[in-house]
Amino acid sequence: MTWDEMAPLLRQGTLETLQMTGWSTLFTALGGILLGVLLVITERGGLLPLAPLNKAVGLVVNVGRAVPFIILLMALIPVTTAVVGTSIGTRAAILPLTVAAIPFYARLVETSLREVEPGTVAAALALGASRREIVGKVLLREARPGIVAGLTVTVIALIGYSAMAGAIGGGGLGDLAKRYGYQRFETEMMMIIVVLLVLLVALVQLLGDVTARRLSHR
Amino acid sequence: MIQIEKLSKVYRDRGRQVTAVDAVDLSVRAGEVHGVLGRSGAGKSTLLRCVNLLERPDAGRVVVDGQDLLALSGGRLRKARQRIGMIHQHFGLLSSRTVAGNVAFPLEVMGVPRAERAERVRELLGLVGLTEHAAAYPAQISGGQKQRVGIARALAGRPNVLLSDEATSALDPETTASILELLRDLNRRLGLTILLITHEMDVVKRICDSAAIMRDGRITESGPVRELLMRPGSELARGLFPLPPPRPRPGTTVADVTFEGDSADRPFVSSLARDFATDVNILGGAVEDIGGTRIGRLRVELPGGPAANTAQLAHLRGAGLTVEVHEAEEAPA
Ligand SMILES: Nc1ncnc2c1ncn2[C@@H]1O[C@H](COP(=O)(O)OP(=O)(O)O)[C@@H](O)[C@H]1O
Ligand SMILES: [Mg+2]
Repeated sequence: MTWDEMAPLLRQGTLETLQMTGWSTLFTALGGILLGVLLVITERGGLLPLAPLNKAVGLVVNVGRAVPFIILLMALIPVTTAVVGTSIGTRAAILPLTVAAIPFYARLVETSLREVEPGTVAAALALGASRREIVGKVLLREARPGIVAGLTVTVIALIGYSAMAGAIGGGGLGDLAKRYGYQRFETEMMMIIVVLLVLLVALVQLLGDVTARRLSHR
Repeated sequence: MIQIEKLSKVYRDRGRQVTAVDAVDLSVRAGEVHGVLGRSGAGKSTLLRCVNLLERPDAGRVVVDGQDLLALSGGRLRKARQRIGMIHQHFGLLSSRTVAGNVAFPLEVMGVPRAERAERVRELLGLVGLTEHAAAYPAQISGGQKQRVGIARALAGRPNVLLSDEATSALDPETTASILELLRDLNRRLGLTILLITHEMDVVKRICDSAAIMRDGRITESGPVRELLMRPGSELARGLFPLPPPRPRPGTTVADVTFEGDSADRPFVSSLARDFATDVNILGGAVEDIGGTRIGRLRVELPGGPAANTAQLAHLRGAGLTVEVHEAEEAPA
């Protein structure tokens, strides 16, 4: 293949990968932070002790993390069809990617929230802060560096997952690698895709590190 | 200002029960600095956390500034807490906010408008002497400065009461002195009532008007500091004037004589020796400055058993001294 033949394909593939990763990152961030906060505040002795909810969220997170992505991807096809209208293409890949990443990220968020010094929560309570203020202004705010670092890890995992999702019909660089690199032995194409993915991951890591460092005042 | 009645708190942890606070009565008058002294594990922090209901007591009453706190819940309890300042051993500052941001936090919680907030923060930082550090993060300032931020933050709601949980225990002696000084100053200038807990005798000695001793969840003695020191058998006095366990020799009388104020200047040892023609042996002692008054304790040994020294002991008591006689283990032959 000539460069002129590869370029539009690569451009399109990269765009699709960015789309899949971007949207699923957004939904994962929202869902993961929500579940992570619930895991921490609903436990015994927490801000809002609700044992049944805590158990339920814990179970969902554990099950979600236990199922391998490739199986989840196939198992979710009916759900994806119902929600998105189709089970193939970039948009269809966003749902399984998000479902897979939320439990993973929720645990990372939970860990960072647990590292917030308990004394700061007690001090805020003594100042008359409400639960909502404590979650927003103390827990999430104090844990921001860890939450960003966790998101970085999650985005990188999502880039990997998106290649897998792409390979079974989601488009993106994973799909290109399968169709040209794997099935047609276009070694050059394969190499370029690998380099592009490495660059993308490195860029995300760099951005995440810089942001986390800027947010940390410890 | 603070009335605590029959307050109890039991922790239940997997079948194990710990009675951290056991039917405690405590009363702190307005404008007073009251110290609760006790070893680690005595239940001091639990007691203090029950005063602003960070911990829900299992029984008893907590009245602060005329308000029965256990009758409040939700928003009204949070409002009441804004009027009760609290400072902590490990400061409890938000590491993600600057010094000014930390002081602004309670103002945000109270719903103070932004412009007014900035003004109040400036005022509060001035009060604790931290104006220059407004933009620093907690990680960039010293422990003493962190506690000053904690104090400024605690004062944001213009409280009448300040609770202090070992506020100086993480600080070196010099910094401790300056923080205690600041608390004393705020107590005098703002009429702030302070309830503090500590395991350090020195804190009680330096700033407390009244004190209580806590042990195994109970208050074992309480009252004005000077009165406690003059009280025979007082644990506080024993802590402040550490003397070895007395071991009177048979045929002698060993007595601890506690004196206050001007009697410190009265030479009771020499008057005893002169008036009773007796040899007074000094075994040990110390003098401390308590709230501007000198209080001292001297351990003396007199020849002859306690029975032979009745007149001498009466003479000392008559002179306004507290006398505590240590009995010999066996009577002289
Ligand atoms: N949250 C808790 N759960 C169980 N036991 C506790 C808890 N907090 C304190 N205790 C126990 O209560 C007792 C008093 O503790 P505390 O009030 O912290 O004492 P102090 O402040 O005097 O050191 C200790 O035996 C401690 O182990
Ligand atoms: Mg304590």
